[in-house]
Amino acid sequence: MAQEKAKGNGGKDVVIEVRDVVVGFGSHIVLDHVDLDVYRGEILGFVGGSGAGKSVLMRAIIGLLPKREGAIKIFGTDMAAASDLERQAIERRWGILFQQGALFSSLTVMENLQFPVREYLDLSQDLLDELAVAKLAMVGLDASVCDKFPAELSGGMTKRVALARALALDPEIVFLDEPTSGLDPIGAGEFDSLIATLQRTLGLTVFMVTHDLDSLHTVCDRIAVLADGKIIAAGTMDTMLASTHPWLQAYFHGKRSRASQLEAGVPSPLPARA
Amino acid sequence: MSDILLEATAQGEQLRLAGAGAWTAENAHDLESLIDSEIRRGGTISHVVIDMGRVDRLDTFGAWLLERLTRSFTARGCDTKVTGLKVDYRALIDEVHGVKREHKAERRGSTLASTIASVGENIVSVGHSFGAMVNMLGALVVVLARIVSHPRRFRLTSMVHQLDNVGWRAVPIILLITFLIGCIIAQQGIFHFRKFGADIYVVDMVGILVLRELGVLIVAIMVAGRSGSAYTAELGSMKMREEIDALRTMGFDPIEVLILPRIVALVIGVPILTFLGSMAALYGGGLVCWLYGGIDPDIFLARLKEAITLDHFKVGLIKAPFMALIVGVVACVEGLAVKGSAESLGLQTTASVVESIFLVIVLDGLFAIFFASIGM
Repeated sequence: MAQEKAKGNGGKDVVIEVRDVVVGFGSHIVLDHVDLDVYRGEILGFVGGSGAGKSVLMRAIIGLLPKREGAIKIFGTDMAAASDLERQAIERRWGILFQQGALFSSLTVMENLQFPVREYLDLSQDLLDELAVAKLAMVGLDASVCDKFPAELSGGMTKRVALARALALDPEIVFLDEPTSGLDPIGAGEFDSLIATLQRTLGLTVFMVTHDLDSLHTVCDRIAVLADGKIIAAGTMDTMLASTHPWLQAYFHGKRSRASQLEAGVPSPLPARA
Repeated sequence: MSDILLEATAQGEQLRLAGAGAWTAENAHDLESLIDSEIRRGGTISHVVIDMGRVDRLDTFGAWLLERLTRSFTARGCDTKVTGLKVDYRALIDEVHGVKREHKAERRGSTLASTIASVGENIVSVGHSFGAMVNMLGALVVVLARIVSHPRRFRLTSMVHQLDNVGWRAVPIILLITFLIGCIIAQQGIFHFRKFGADIYVVDMVGILVLRELGVLIVAIMVAGRSGSAYTAELGSMKMREEIDALRTMGFDPIEVLILPRIVALVIGVPILTFLGSMAALYGGGLVCWLYGGIDPDIFLARLKEAITLDHFKVGLIKAPFMALIVGVVACVEGLAVKGSAESLGLQTTASVVESIFLVIVLDGLFAIFFASIGM
């Protein structure tokens, strides 16, 4: 299952299927009959204005927020109808990187990484230690951070450790909530390429909520746009740039977008990343 | 597991290992023991061939265990080869191969040296927190001097709000507890004094004990647990969210804005609570004397007038503001010592309550010596 080949965005193996989902708080409807498909092995960038409900949809998918209507299927299983055991089995197959990292502040980095593994699998302490170091190395950190507490880490390190924890159980889907927010352009660029590398090596499906236009350009296979409670567009970067929808025009052709800088002949302040 | 994950065939000095099935997290436990038993295999082996051709799934767990296998055979000087690896897994294997030797967490043994070291560290930290308290007292004096010259800078609204929290809202629980303590002391006194026919002296005991010691001590301990912990938690979470830094950058002194109103509220509130608490305790004592000891309220009051002087009352009330100061200063120092984590907030709040109760009792002892020597 984990390594079925459906690389690239041509594969039609749907791993997350959102149909007609309505989520609201009181009389305020945030998501109004939203449909969205996420295919296996792709990196989906999920954008929308601040407060448009990007995080709300992500939290509804992972079951932290109740939905009023509609269905969410993950690996073909309807999460609302799933039994506790089925749900737990699916929860083991995803990893989540929260915006602030959500590392457990009373545990060291090492213990944070080992926590989900220790709960789900019966492994020896030696193997747990070795795997934690391996996971840290994969996210570009060395073993010297193992004994640190989350409060002692910098912003970028916190994100990396949180990503390592999200990957601890070798999930098939990774949800990233604004992974590059609060990082400097160099750190954000490194994080982007890290996500792309891990996606290739581990065959991950990545659902990334982001505002970072550079991330959207460099790592995302497909982009879905949420506005006015609906998905107004989903497709590749080229489709987004070609769209005439006013919001998309403003978002992708605004003053800060790379497209507008290229049009104006101003070289991008960032070195282009492949 | 129906699949055999790892099969070994030895031919002379060559060892052939054939992996199969899913080398993934679910099977990691079984796979680890299989791999470790191969690693411990005796005899002379010079060539190891690991055939991964029949492994149909591989994740980081499996990749790491394969890496462990190859590393330990290579370390034994064997010529190790991995064959049949699917192209898809190549990147993962390369990634894992780059990981440096495992990290050994330093696990501290409970040796004599580390025990002595931790005793030393504790003594130093006690010294530091004493220093921090003296520091805070000094800062309070400076701020107070500034307020005296510019009285309008005093945060009266904030102080009244705090006084409402620590004083007015504490009245019911303080009255209840001191009332019960008064009852208990009177009951115990009557029970034991009766053996000597000295029932009436229970009035002396209740009066002196309550006014001099118990009233103020019970109130101070209650306030440390109720308000001191709240101060620490409030200031600590403000520190965690950088609110205190924000105040400082806007040109406000956190001691003036946050800490002085809180401590002034305590210094005003605790003597009032002490007075109310002492009265409640005397009332409880009188009630028990009447109902349980058969001492009429008239006799109780007459005896009380003879037994106590104004000095006893004053001793209790003089101590109260100092107790309040100790509780307030300890709570604020511990609040400002909170670091980034939720755990640290819990630790400092505990430390605040324990330290202030301890210091209140120490201070009470010092006052007892002082008042005895001046004959009060």
